[in-house]
Amino acid sequence: MKTSAREGAVGSRVGGRVLDAVAGLVLFYLFLPIFVIILYSFNKPAGKFNFVWKEFSLDAWSDPFKYPALVDAMKLSLKVAAISTLVATVFGTLIALALCRYRFRGSGPVNLLLVLPLTTPEVVLGSSLLALFLQFNTPTGFATIVIAHIMFSVSYVALTVKARIRGFDWTLEEAAMDLGATPSRVATKVTLPLIAPGIVAASMLSFALSLDDFIITLFNAGSEVTYPLYVYGARRAAFPPQINVVATTILLGSLILLGIVVFWQERQSRMAMAEPGK
Amino acid sequence: MAGTASAGVRRSPLAPYLLVGPGVIWLILFYVVPTLALARTSVSGASGPWWGGYARAFADYGDHLGRSFRYAGLATAAAFLLGYPLAYVMAFRAGRLKNLLLGLVILPFFTTFLVRTFAWKTILGDGGMAVSVLSFLHLLPEQGRLLNTSWAVVGGLTYNFLPFMILPIYVSLEKIDRRLVEAAQDLYSGPLRGFTKVVFPLSLPGVFAGSLLTFIPASGDFINAELLGSPNQRVLGSVIQGQFLTVRDYPLAAALSFVLMIIIIALVLTYTRVLGTEDLA
Repeated sequence: MKTSAREGAVGSRVGGRVLDAVAGLVLFYLFLPIFVIILYSFNKPAGKFNFVWKEFSLDAWSDPFKYPALVDAMKLSLKVAAISTLVATVFGTLIALALCRYRFRGSGPVNLLLVLPLTTPEVVLGSSLLALFLQFNTPTGFATIVIAHIMFSVSYVALTVKARIRGFDWTLEEAAMDLGATPSRVATKVTLPLIAPGIVAASMLSFALSLDDFIITLFNAGSEVTYPLYVYGARRAAFPPQINVVATTILLGSLILLGIVVFWQERQSRMAMAEPGK
Repeated sequence: MAGTASAGVRRSPLAPYLLVGPGVIWLILFYVVPTLALARTSVSGASGPWWGGYARAFADYGDHLGRSFRYAGLATAAAFLLGYPLAYVMAFRAGRLKNLLLGLVILPFFTTFLVRTFAWKTILGDGGMAVSVLSFLHLLPEQGRLLNTSWAVVGGLTYNFLPFMILPIYVSLEKIDRRLVEAAQDLYSGPLRGFTKVVFPLSLPGVFAGSLLTFIPASGDFINAELLGSPNQRVLGSVIQGQFLTVRDYPLAAALSFVLMIIIIALVLTYTRVLGTEDLA
């Protein structure tokens, strides 16, 4: 009996090692293209296309704004992401609050309406919107890109915030009111601080999705060019290493942002733990 | 006084509708109505019967349709085989490294989707590192290539949607009560049977959600096929894009898009029946 248990343990130890190795290989697979992107931002390509390694150079990093079209595309992407994130975060958070705090007729269909866009391929979402705009003779451009981005972000924001505040203790609000706080003070001093981490996470996700979206944008951009659309067009004309510089910068930026948020949330939870009576 | 204020916030029958209002109206206007507009466009062919677009969709683009779903299915299977072990290690073996691993899984996806796929073009290209390694191991015939093959397309799809597989599986593994796992190992006297009898069945909701979240976007994607495949690997998404934006045959384009959506809904419903979970959200 004892030996068989030990054999099992040895077997599981070997099995565990194998599992760890497989997990390591999968992580390597996940990071391989990232290494290539960063590496090739230091390449000095032979021709117009930065697809084959030639020699190390800092050219692209010392002149990241060399291509005005790329800079304009980046500016447009950031503008679209900022506006759509702002609107989608408000809309999505309100939906999440309603679904978590109230039992109401129609909450089932609302849930379904949130999940449907996530289970529809982007090419269908993009082409449906274009079909709508065509039927109403709406010219596609900046406004239609923003409309589309808000549409797909609302679901992500609502579901993320909902997941974070499910099971949250709403009696705290009542306690605050019993102690004499006005509804607006309850909202700013109790509700908002508690749901803030969820909102921050959701808005970051929304911003990242907007910045990255290609397929839906392609259908509804008209003559506007966002950063992903610029990259797509670059496969025909020229693919300069500056594209890799931008991609690497986005990666670094999100890494720093993510670090700040994690640090802030850890500090908050530590403070909450340190509170007496908790 | 305080009591009435509380009741006012809590019980106003209109409050939830006011809260969901803006978002729901947006989704109706720009998700539901467009779907109807797509359906209408698909039957608005100027000449021929109303179903003309659909007839051409199946007659001329059946191959593309088949490829879209075949690639998506293969990519989903591959993502499961790669993603499950990583999710398992994250949930059960990583200890304090858990959050770090979670971050590492998400991190690559903070670079642009298109740039990532272009990077695969470099990696898989003729004379690139993947070809060299595989030729050295004699896994690839001489003069064999990876780029512009179905392998490259499936590999790219697997890569781009892998986190959607890993994260739901991780979440469902993470929820499993550890004592249950220990009890299973005691009862079944071995980690393998403990896994097949207890851990894996309990992680099925995650597998279910993960495979849908991988399969659905993969079946509509055309970037991987366009950048990593040749015209022989062209998928339905490419055709829809070309018909809408270049050829401008709107009834045909809308019919193709609608067909893609209907088939996906049918597959998802069948899959839900078979596995019997509704815990998607």
